[in-house]
Amino acid sequence: MIEIKNLHKSYKMGSNSLHVLKGINFSVAEGELVSIMGSSGSGKSTLLNILGMLDEADSGTYTLDGLPIKNLNEKIAAQYRNKFLGFIFQSFNLISYKNALDNVALPLYYQGIKHKERVDIAMSYLEKVGLADWAGHLPNELSGGQKQRVAIARALASNPKVLLADEPTGALDTKTSYEVMDLIQGINDEGRTILIVTHEHDIAEMTKRIVNLKDGVIIDDSKVNQVRALSNV
Amino acid sequence: MFDLERWQEIFETISKNKLRTFLTGLSVASGIFILVILLGIGQGMQNGISNEFERDASNMLFVWTNVTSKEYKGLNPGRQITLKNDDYNHTVNKYEDQLEYKSSVFRIWSGLVNYKKESGNYRVEGVWPDFQFLENASMTQGRFLNYKDNDNVEKVVVLGNKVKNDLFKNGEDVIGEYVQISNINFKVIGVFSDPGGEREESRVFIPISTAQKVFNGGNNIRNLAFTLPQRENFEQALAESEQFSEELVTYLQEKHSVAPDDTRAITVNNSLENMKRFYDLNKMIKIFFWGVGICTIIAGIVGVSNIMLIIVKERTKEIGIRKALGAQPLSIIGMILHESIFVTTISGFIGLITSLALLEFVGPLIETEYIANPSVNFNVALTTVFILVLAGAIAGFFPAWRAARIKPIIALRDE
Repeated sequence: MIEIKNLHKSYKMGSNSLHVLKGINFSVAEGELVSIMGSSGSGKSTLLNILGMLDEADSGTYTLDGLPIKNLNEKIAAQYRNKFLGFIFQSFNLISYKNALDNVALPLYYQGIKHKERVDIAMSYLEKVGLADWAGHLPNELSGGQKQRVAIARALASNPKVLLADEPTGALDTKTSYEVMDLIQGINDEGRTILIVTHEHDIAEMTKRIVNLKDGVIIDDSKVNQVRALSNV
Repeated sequence: MFDLERWQEIFETISKNKLRTFLTGLSVASGIFILVILLGIGQGMQNGISNEFERDASNMLFVWTNVTSKEYKGLNPGRQITLKNDDYNHTVNKYEDQLEYKSSVFRIWSGLVNYKKESGNYRVEGVWPDFQFLENASMTQGRFLNYKDNDNVEKVVVLGNKVKNDLFKNGEDVIGEYVQISNINFKVIGVFSDPGGEREESRVFIPISTAQKVFNGGNNIRNLAFTLPQRENFEQALAESEQFSEELVTYLQEKHSVAPDDTRAITVNNSLENMKRFYDLNKMIKIFFWGVGICTIIAGIVGVSNIMLIIVKERTKEIGIRKALGAQPLSIIGMILHESIFVTTISGFIGLITSLALLEFVGPLIETEYIANPSVNFNVALTTVFILVLAGAIAGFFPAWRAARIKPIIALRDE
């Protein structure tokens, strides 16, 4: 599903150049649940941003489901993001003045789907994350866990090939974190490919594969025995 | 533009950000409101001043006399100068081709007029028939004096509208009735109205020959009044009338042995000169109000631009989210512009309509002599609305464009 070869990325910091990714080679098959770990500054977020087409690599190739991702202009990047990717952020990034349902429906708006159909699809995903009763609530009326579930529903709404989660449990307490992970595991069980960036070991243990990053290179990439989140709740 | 989905999205945004929308709208609406009111009052002042000048013919020369203030040819200052019929006749003969309307005036000092039991003190003047046009008076009933009245020394009278209303309380037919002026019977032949209003309509005119004869005026007259024909070119008209007035004064000064530099003894009031002053004043008023108005618009534009900048700044994160979800840069710019144009247009028209309504309903209630019928050119007001809308759009475009180009990763960064 995802194929990365010899990926380099550096940031200019004034006169210095900060080499963040120093040749990443890595691939993800369909249906995998992968966690990317590493201390801060290891380049894990940068990698995720490049995977998410929010940022561009300096060199190397990136292929998503057979489609080479290169020389993207804003317009095509937006199209690909909309069609292929779902984002889950640490700080949820819901639009504060839109209620849960409208937030979930937003990616569908950018797909050009009509209002009525949008609402139907969004509602079905809200049901899926167990928040159908909260459809009319604004984000600030929801708890952290609920907000993240709305965000997950939104990421799913456009039926993407890959879900990218950047510290999805970073702003949540342990119990809520496990509930969210349970949801993510459930979605993965249905066959969706998911990448999670995290620095928490217990969260990483709940995925099927852990990729360890340090100083811009992968130092370890191994399959693990998945711990079901539900057993920890 | 006619994308229904886009409209829905915008209405949703607007209805959920009421304060923001309200503030944007308020700055536009108040800008337009202030501008329209300003222009309206400016127009009202111009109208008011125009009314002041409409009392008499706009190109009238009016001569009056006073005591001399300077010694001349051995004559002491303080001598009362009185114009004579000869002065009038001479001028009329000499300038016959140049004059349009002409009249001399003899004023009766005790102007007690009564009809049956009603009476009042009015300005009673003996005049020539042309005086109707010099005064800009229009007849509401009957006729004005004519030359035959003068030749035959008829005891006939033309009443101002107010005089008629004062004396004929029961609404009787006035024409043919007799009123007494200083106890002498005069037959009413007409009633006039005057754009100068009540003050000008409380006057009474009788033939000058009658006035002089009946009220012991001899061949004395008090004023001369002339108009020169209208000219297309104001400057030409002004030059002609100035020349005429100069010649007239010189002639009268010589005849009455007044020092040439004694401006007090014989004075000519040239309406055209006043007219010029009036035009200049009007021009100044216009420039002033437009200046203030343009400044208001600029302030409004700055206000709208500011708000747009803040709105876009405030929405940077939202824009980042939208972009991460697949919004294209163009749709972001479109969304912000669409919203800003919609809000500024609606509020611009609200400002326009409320200010026009205020002018329409409150304007006529203003009872001061110097503001009359304040109104505003609708096209001008409409243009300013569009200028503000355009300004809002341009002011919104650049920050929107910049925001649309920000990488979502930067916009989404936690602050």
